[in-house]
Amino acid sequence: MAIEVKIPTILRTYTDGAKSVDAKGDTLAAVIDDLDGNHPGLKGRLITDEAALHRFVNIYVNDEDVRFTGSLETTLKDGDVVTILPAVAGG
Amino acid sequence: MLRISREIHDAIMAHARRDHPDEACGVVAGAAGSDEPARFVPMLNAARSPTFYEFDSADLLALYKEMDANDEQPVVIYHSHTATEAYPSRTDISYASEPDAHYVLVSTRSDEAEFRSFRIVEGEVTEEPVEVIA
Repeated sequence: MAIEVKIPTILRTYTDGAKSVDAKGDTLAAVIDDLDGNHPGLKGRLITDEAALHRFVNIYVNDEDVRFTGSLETTLKDGDVVTILPAVAGG
Repeated sequence: MLRISREIHDAIMAHARRDHPDEACGVVAGAAGSDEPARFVPMLNAARSPTFYEFDSADLLALYKEMDANDEQPVVIYHSHTATEAYPSRTDISYASEPDAHYVLVSTRSDEAEFRSFRIVEGEVTEEPVEVIA
């Protein structure tokens, strides 16, 4: 099962500069674990020690922010596109 | 050094004044690798707050898709401070994640135009000169 994952500039140091990589998994959590297997360290930039999505990143499955679709439990199917973007925010 | 047109500089200040007392935010996109801010894109502050700003997550995705399709990148990421100086706050630094962008801060605390530009890379802030061109 192939999922395309789009990687933002700031995290391309983990993917040898690739803008997009393939991953496997039927939930977002599984895809992130698979990503981390091929690109060690990436998971730590997306998920906190408490196993929640980091507030500094937004993750989308197709065009839906996963905060509204079950977060890490969001289910994925073959051909879905995961987009990771850093939140643009501040004080 | 940030080189920016008078027109875009003034559009950023005008956006900040219009949204005051809430913080205003947006980007100026430019051709990838050019370092030239060309396309002014004001964004909604989803936080609608005088002390915080955040691009709406759906707007953020749409913006990045659009820039990708145009082979653009966010050359400038700007926001306003409404009661304090135009200098990155600790929160600004913790969120900053575009090492190639010029982070523009403006302040609307007085009638005087405060417009400053910074690089924020791995938590380190470096102010840079701003040249406003015709």
